[in-house]
Amino acid sequence: MTHDNLVAIAALVPQGSRVLDLGCGDGALLAHLQQHKACTGYGVELDDINVHACVQRGVNVLQLNLDLGLSVFADQSFDVVLQIDTLQHLRNAETMLRETARVGKTGIVAFPNFAHWPNRLSILQGRMPVTKRLPYQWYDTPNIRVGTFKDFEVLAEKNGLQVTDSFGLQNGQRVNTWPNLLAGTAVFKFERN
Amino acid sequence: MTVHAKPMIATPQAMHFADALPLQSGASVRDYTLAYETYGTLNADRSNAVLVCHALNASHHVAGVYEGQDKSEGWWDNMIGPGKPVDTHHFFVIGVNNLGSCFGSTGPMHTHPDTGKVYGADFPVVTVEDWVNAQALLLDRLGITQLAAVLGGSLGGMQALSWTLQYPDRVRHAVVVASAPNLTAENIAFNEVARRAIVTDPDFHGGHFYQHGVVPQRGLRIARMVGHITYLSDDVMNEKFGRELRDAVVGSATGYKYSTQDVEFQIESYLRYQGDKFSEYFDANTYLLITRALDYFDPARTYGGDLSAAFARTAAKFLLVSFTTDWRFSPARSREMVQALVDNQRDVSYAEIDAPHGHDAFLLDDARYMNVVRSYFARISHELATPSALATHTGGAA
Repeated sequence: MTHDNLVAIAALVPQGSRVLDLGCGDGALLAHLQQHKACTGYGVELDDINVHACVQRGVNVLQLNLDLGLSVFADQSFDVVLQIDTLQHLRNAETMLRETARVGKTGIVAFPNFAHWPNRLSILQGRMPVTKRLPYQWYDTPNIRVGTFKDFEVLAEKNGLQVTDSFGLQNGQRVNTWPNLLAGTAVFKFERN
Repeated sequence: MTVHAKPMIATPQAMHFADALPLQSGASVRDYTLAYETYGTLNADRSNAVLVCHALNASHHVAGVYEGQDKSEGWWDNMIGPGKPVDTHHFFVIGVNNLGSCFGSTGPMHTHPDTGKVYGADFPVVTVEDWVNAQALLLDRLGITQLAAVLGGSLGGMQALSWTLQYPDRVRHAVVVASAPNLTAENIAFNEVARRAIVTDPDFHGGHFYQHGVVPQRGLRIARMVGHITYLSDDVMNEKFGRELRDAVVGSATGYKYSTQDVEFQIESYLRYQGDKFSEYFDANTYLLITRALDYFDPARTYGGDLSAAFARTAAKFLLVSFTTDWRFSPARSREMVQALVDNQRDVSYAEIDAPHGHDAFLLDDARYMNVVRSYFARISHELATPSALATHTGGAA
């Protein structure tokens, strides 16, 4: 996640929110939300190096495996639950989406949009895309779930989530027109119906 | 070039308390002494004190060495000292020996002021809460009203946790390592085996063995052997000892001696060695007291077992650490505490270290573990330099 994209996503989080950041990485987004938006809350992260980075930054971090669920968090106990570049790493991405809606009043999900035009072009040429946003080869990618902007709309509908905002993100800019084609990142803000 | 830093010199101290300390059981102890050590310097506003609580087989000698005794490192010397994760350049660290122990503070082998006789089995049962109360009295004497942090592993972690419940306005941070909010039935069962080993030793004499001039060493040995099994993981035990034989019999296809009483396997030899060593310095009554304190600890008990309700009175910020192969106090036990703290919207970070060493890992040098604790204390140190950060801490209890 680039800094520009991080700032664009932070803009979706209301001032003073209680936030849960699933797959919080090195805690940069949470630290930003603490400093600029007086937010509080926790990050969840599995990787040892990232956990240490969060402690260094002074961000609350819980080393838990998301694939084992969110049982330590009570229903509707956070204003905002973030899943930024996390969904694509999860074995049970759909369960986690439902859990996000259970734990948070609002969910914000961002993930690489596989239907971004350079990816389409690459597939047309017969090769899996390798881009700045998706920098891995097909055989070593940690992204075990590849989906598109449109795919997520279908999944959200299937799980009874009400999308309150959605757009593409490219170089830190909102893409409202043809996001499925023109944006490298898909962003959805939703609530439980 | 390797620079060998001069080891920090530790000096044991003692504080006497004449007044009776009321205990949870209803009994009390008076005219008692607490042995303690301090490292580093208390700053001008007395805000940099860190209390270290000890587990079963440890003492106030947390760090450094005694003058002229190079090999007398404290039990957590890898964690605490100049330049260590808990850096004594920044913090004033206090180690206290608990009441009922056998390492300097008043315990069963001392004289009962009412009878003039050695306490023995008459030393009152002490709890984690009682220890914390005694530690608080020591801090009063040292002029410390609020701790920058309280830190402990295993049973020491229970004391750190109890501090945040008993004295919420006196603790800014609690670091709770390889601990649990209470013992499981299996934990209590292991303690009971150890206690039965001691109590049924003919040399125990109902706990008054001192006047018979004997020590129930057989019982202590077995207690320690059982304990040691629970401190290690299955994997690490296999890796260290496997099925290795001590002296394989040459010429025998199996290497076995076909005896039922010889020490043949390396693991037997190791456990007996640990048992022998322990039985020479540890007090049998202390072992009974400390294992009982473990059994009784259960802060959720008065809240109908609701740990979240119990934690509502906490005000400290927490760092919890567990180790994946610790089956004595498993990560699941730490996650219970995480959940209860999250329910109360407390500041908490939790590291689950994938270390192979079982419960013992909390005393070892895993870099991930050390780094997390180091960085956490660096943040606390940073707060010390930012007085407004200290002022925001208010007691959670009304």
